[in-house]
Amino acid sequence: MSRIYLDHAATTPVRPAALETFVTQAQRIGNASALHSAGRSVKLHVADARDRLAATLGAHPSEIIFTSGGTEADNLGIKGLYLAHRAAEETKNVVLATGIEHPAVADSLEWLAAHEGAQLVFVDVDAEGFVDLEAWRAALEAHRGRIAVATLMWANNEIGTIQPIAQVAELCAAENVDFHVDAVQAFGALPITFAPGITTMAISGHKIGAPVGIGALLVRRDAKPTPVLHGGGQERDIRSGTTADALIVAFAAAAEEATANLAEESARLAGLRDQLIAAIQQHIPQAKLQGPADGNYRLPTNVHFSFAQAEGDSLLFGLDMAGIESSTGSACNAGVSRPSQVILATGQDEAAARSTQRFSLGYTTTQADIDAVIATLPGVYQAAAKAGMTAETSSIRTANSHR
Amino acid sequence: MVMKKLKVLAAMSGGVDSAVAAARAVDAGHDVVGVHLALSRMPGTLRTGSRGCCTIEDASDAWRACEKLGIPYYTWDFSERFQEEVVEDFIDEYAAGRTPNPCMRCNERIKFAALLERALALGFDAVVTGHYAKVIENDRGELELHRAADDAKDQSYVLGVLTAEQLKHSMFPLGDTPSKDMVRAEAAERGLSVAQKPDSHDICFIPDGDTRGWLEEKIDMTEGAIVDTDGEQVGTHPGAQAFTIGQRRGLAIGKPAEDGKPRFVLEIRPKENTVVVGSRDMLAVDRITGIRPSWAGSPLAEEATGDWFDCRVQVRAHAEPVPGRARVTTADVDGASDVVWQIELNETIQGVAPGQTAVLYQATRVLGQVTIHKSINAQRLTHV
Repeated sequence: MSRIYLDHAATTPVRPAALETFVTQAQRIGNASALHSAGRSVKLHVADARDRLAATLGAHPSEIIFTSGGTEADNLGIKGLYLAHRAAEETKNVVLATGIEHPAVADSLEWLAAHEGAQLVFVDVDAEGFVDLEAWRAALEAHRGRIAVATLMWANNEIGTIQPIAQVAELCAAENVDFHVDAVQAFGALPITFAPGITTMAISGHKIGAPVGIGALLVRRDAKPTPVLHGGGQERDIRSGTTADALIVAFAAAAEEATANLAEESARLAGLRDQLIAAIQQHIPQAKLQGPADGNYRLPTNVHFSFAQAEGDSLLFGLDMAGIESSTGSACNAGVSRPSQVILATGQDEAAARSTQRFSLGYTTTQADIDAVIATLPGVYQAAAKAGMTAETSSIRTANSHR
Repeated sequence: MVMKKLKVLAAMSGGVDSAVAAARAVDAGHDVVGVHLALSRMPGTLRTGSRGCCTIEDASDAWRACEKLGIPYYTWDFSERFQEEVVEDFIDEYAAGRTPNPCMRCNERIKFAALLERALALGFDAVVTGHYAKVIENDRGELELHRAADDAKDQSYVLGVLTAEQLKHSMFPLGDTPSKDMVRAEAAERGLSVAQKPDSHDICFIPDGDTRGWLEEKIDMTEGAIVDTDGEQVGTHPGAQAFTIGQRRGLAIGKPAEDGKPRFVLEIRPKENTVVVGSRDMLAVDRITGIRPSWAGSPLAEEATGDWFDCRVQVRAHAEPVPGRARVTTADVDGASDVVWQIELNETIQGVAPGQTAVLYQATRVLGQVTIHKSINAQRLTHV
């Protein structure tokens, strides 16, 4: 039985075109910084890839700073902008964010608070995960002159909420506040551009079909984030480290393919998404859709439910045993699913936050995959809910159960 | 006998025993799935020697073993249940001046209850663990729990709390193995990377092994008096709750005993915040009243008649069992009449603390267990 992969938000299969260009480039000799012919040849391929990747994002090639991935890009954007502002003005130590950011952002913020004196200001999100624009505006005003950086994810990795990035960027620009956007989940799934008002923007290669190990921070030409990695001064002196040429060309190839028929592909995936959501709602009335009900504001690749009475890892177990690969949706620690911080931030309790399951679709997802989930999930839910009930009503008599 | 193919869940600690137990279950033709229990709320730690609780390395070792055996692997989070049922109980028991056994409690409430129930609900027939003990079916078709073949490794004591229903769904494939060395050799032969991993000791949720220090952070302790059996103060202690009966270390006694011999904790009175000390021979007891009894399988006929039955009594994981007799009766327990087991030993034993478990055996068979409520020395009572 072939397995059904519905965890594309974690990582998506490498696209054959990206793999092919990776292998070809990896066989070329030379360091892109070297001055000899071989080095210049490698550098040319990198420059070409940079142009092509920038084109998929409506960005200038020099705005692309290659990193090892999305996590590094988020760290560099947030810490880099914060530290640069803080160095220039001691009193600029406020960071604006929400409670549903990815750990790459959330933990960078925590680190800045713990080690660099950052004052974190969290703007509320509603039950579907949307940022409160009025509250954002109010926070900008309340901390005027003191905000080092504001940050918001374009689309949420767990519940698929698409934020009003253009409006938020406008608000930030009006206040002259640097704005970092985590676009890791949005890139390749939505038609996004490195729009005016965004200072830095993180993207990742392996979420769109490049190999793991490459990402980029888009950095506006007039911005100068303080480097996190120091060394040879590559990438505008913002990110040192030998240029990962083979990964870079693969990233560009994947990006071109992922964005080539985006409108069509998004519509196809949104159709499958809506089928799955409707079927779950029909067959499992105890399931509660998390994230936006309006598909226009939800990633076309995201289906996320909390399943009353069932533990997320019981559901994952049952689905995995049945050949379906899904996720509890939240970050793991040593393989242990934690209650989802995103669900908690949307105002729900720990029970809801522990009972989640995310199905994330991607370019390889087919109608047959969705049909299989629809056929399997109700049975898996029944068993998981039964297992979940045991936490409250114990059927096994133990030695001290009357205590 | 044709063995039925079962769907079994192998509880994988990341150690050599559970890995080999799972391997044997696979060999026996069962459909095996490995599950590592995350019991700590902070699993992101590394192991130090034989200590540590569900560390990253333990989870990784468990997973690698499953990959080697070609069985699926999952980590299930029981940290909340473990915290409630084991860790908090451990703190409460010490705070009440008793000495709990958290491993036993974990077997009773987590491995063979919370985990087992979840496993049964998810379609499994049994839980398999690397415990050294045997489950045997007797002539009447009833299940009995017995000591392992390897006396040195026998873990039937910590399983003494299992009930008939729990035994029905338990598999201990290592019970017949003559020695732990053979388990390690088998692990090496099977290519399991944990073959030489050190055994776990101590309490898993107290990583540095400093139980007193750990308890001091959890229990509000105040300085109090250490008194002798005549009630005369002989010293002060930093808080009565973290002491255990029979303890000698950590007693700050200014005044030497008249006989010049070391003194031991005889009694903890948490309400008065007092620790009573005395000479070693004062620790000796031969009468025990046990509360909250359970039978490991079917009860003896004497349960109904209230007659005495011969048994051997073990009060700690590695204590020598002592011959004696016991009977089921009722007695006053903290102001209410309750079922108790009265135990009379043929010889005295030392270091019997309230809260500890007494497991009763007949030959290799585990009869059941009680929580020690009171213990006395019949000889001394007569002479006082």
